[in-house]
Amino acid sequence: MDVRVEGLVKRYGRVVALDGITIGFPSGGMTAILGPSGCGKTTLLRALAGFNPVDGGRIVFGAEDVTGLPPQARGTAMVFQQYALWPHMSVFDNVAYGLRLRKVPAAEVRARVEEVLHLVEIGQIAGVMQRRPGELSGGQQQRVALARALVVEPRVLLMDEPLSNLDAKVRQRLRAEVRRLQKRVGITTIYVTHDQEEALAIADTVILMNAGRVVQAGSPQDIYFRPENAFAAEFLGVSNQLAGTAEAGSLSVGAQRLPYTGPVRGSATLLFKATDATVIPDDLTTESGQALLRGTLEERLFLGSGYRHYVRIEGESVMVDGTEPVEAGPVTVRVPVEKLKIYAMASPEPVTDPARSTRTL
Amino acid sequence: MPRPHPGTLIRATLRMAAGVFVAFIIFAPLSSLVIWSFTRKWFWPHPFPQELGLFYWRKVLEGDLFRALQSGFFIAVIVTVLTLLLTIPLAYLLARYPVPFKAAILLVFLLPHAFPQLPVFVNATTLLYRAHLAASVSGVVLIHMVGALVYAVWTMTAVFRSIPASLEEAAWNLGASRVKAFFTVAMPLATPGLIASTLLVFLYSFDEFTGTLLVGSPFVLTLPVYMYRTSVGYELQVASIAALILMVPGLLLLVVLERYLKSEYLSMFGRI
Repeated sequence: MDVRVEGLVKRYGRVVALDGITIGFPSGGMTAILGPSGCGKTTLLRALAGFNPVDGGRIVFGAEDVTGLPPQARGTAMVFQQYALWPHMSVFDNVAYGLRLRKVPAAEVRARVEEVLHLVEIGQIAGVMQRRPGELSGGQQQRVALARALVVEPRVLLMDEPLSNLDAKVRQRLRAEVRRLQKRVGITTIYVTHDQEEALAIADTVILMNAGRVVQAGSPQDIYFRPENAFAAEFLGVSNQLAGTAEAGSLSVGAQRLPYTGPVRGSATLLFKATDATVIPDDLTTESGQALLRGTLEERLFLGSGYRHYVRIEGESVMVDGTEPVEAGPVTVRVPVEKLKIYAMASPEPVTDPARSTRTL
Repeated sequence: MPRPHPGTLIRATLRMAAGVFVAFIIFAPLSSLVIWSFTRKWFWPHPFPQELGLFYWRKVLEGDLFRALQSGFFIAVIVTVLTLLLTIPLAYLLARYPVPFKAAILLVFLLPHAFPQLPVFVNATTLLYRAHLAASVSGVVLIHMVGALVYAVWTMTAVFRSIPASLEEAAWNLGASRVKAFFTVAMPLATPGLIASTLLVFLYSFDEFTGTLLVGSPFVLTLPVYMYRTSVGYELQVASIAALILMVPGLLLLVVLERYLKSEYLSMFGRI
């Protein structure tokens, strides 16, 4: 069942939560909606479930326009952030709820509940079924919530930050399991998260949202390696940002010049990931294919897997990760040219800012 | 055998003394009620009754007190049922939907308690006289509901607010109608709060005095009114017995409320 939204608009008073969103969710795929809090991703998910009526646009499941349908008639099933399991019912009754509403015979209810609990790998099914959700661990509760949604064989499975309340270890494991499970059942799944790592790991398609709009949609690799603008690049990874000015043939960052052949002219934003750069002791030799920026190493943190260096370049602090510690003092930050993203700055810098205007060549 | 540390001994003694003191504060006034209820004859300046006996208990249990207890109980049951039938849908609405003037609506129910009881009930009485409802059980039921609604509306609104909306959304999402979700999810979760609310309303009605006296006289007799009348007639023994009987539901309430009134309901009180 492929899902499409066309020109979807949702307002809360004067706040525009969804600003004319048009996007498709491929049938049988796992699509992650990624974005910072308040970007409209949960609003979009709740609109798909039918909890919040929209102010404009259409929601289409397959060939059916469901925009006006109440949540009961949409055939979606949602896994909530706080699980939303019913504390007064046993695990069995929680999972059986949807089946009983559909007047499934008792024997079949039992069989299907056991089957789905087996599918979500809850372990010791017989014992768990009689317990109340409150007696289970967070991870087990989320498995029950997933089972409750899957047992009714929904047309679309909606997941609203389902793993965000779990501790890091459980989250990592469930992430892999959710993905495997989704591939196995093949239900069109839409997964909302603010965690870029989770979105990249779990989804076939990632939709990046900001301020009620879709910023970029594509495969996780596309989004990660080929961000289309500064917001996408910034959001997807520990990124460093430097202000510069681009002209034909060169790019200036403060007093430093880099060779540049791209299309951007005027005020520009330079972005690179902390993991893509390396710090080398101050070295003025140029290397082809490498952008070199001089700066001062101010601080170094040991992260376990390596060291994070804080280097001040032309007044701005950037982070550079490395496996070897480098001593404080003048250094050069080396970034492979293809890893250095350069975007035209959306709004020009205010010329009244003296700190910035002095750096403009 | 190790001797107890002197500090422990002093602390234990102090704690016991404090306990005796608190018990005295609480039970001394009650003990006079108990003594009076078993007294035949007790004239000043004797420190203890001259004659004890079950005479007044027998008199009370054979006579009017039982009638007052019965009609008071009957009225309290009607008041509780009607109040909660009105309150549950209203409280659910206030808790779940963006009702305009929510705070004002909630305040309206507090108004009867915001002014001195006597003028409020005197005014209500004149209105009820005009409507030919005075001196009748229906009039008393109405006046009790005016006072009791605030307890029910405020507690039930807080109770419904303490139940996350996502629990019902999860039910809708699986195909349950709003009514079905209300009865299978919201109501079972609200039951402890509903029990607490029921008790508050029941006891309010059972113990209500001013309104009952003004509206119900001379035909409607409840326990507090009965107690008032007998103590005005200086039949202190009968009044003491009535007071002791009136205390029973209050004690029951304490025990049951302690079990059912969850602290999260109370924390919702200010945030409606």
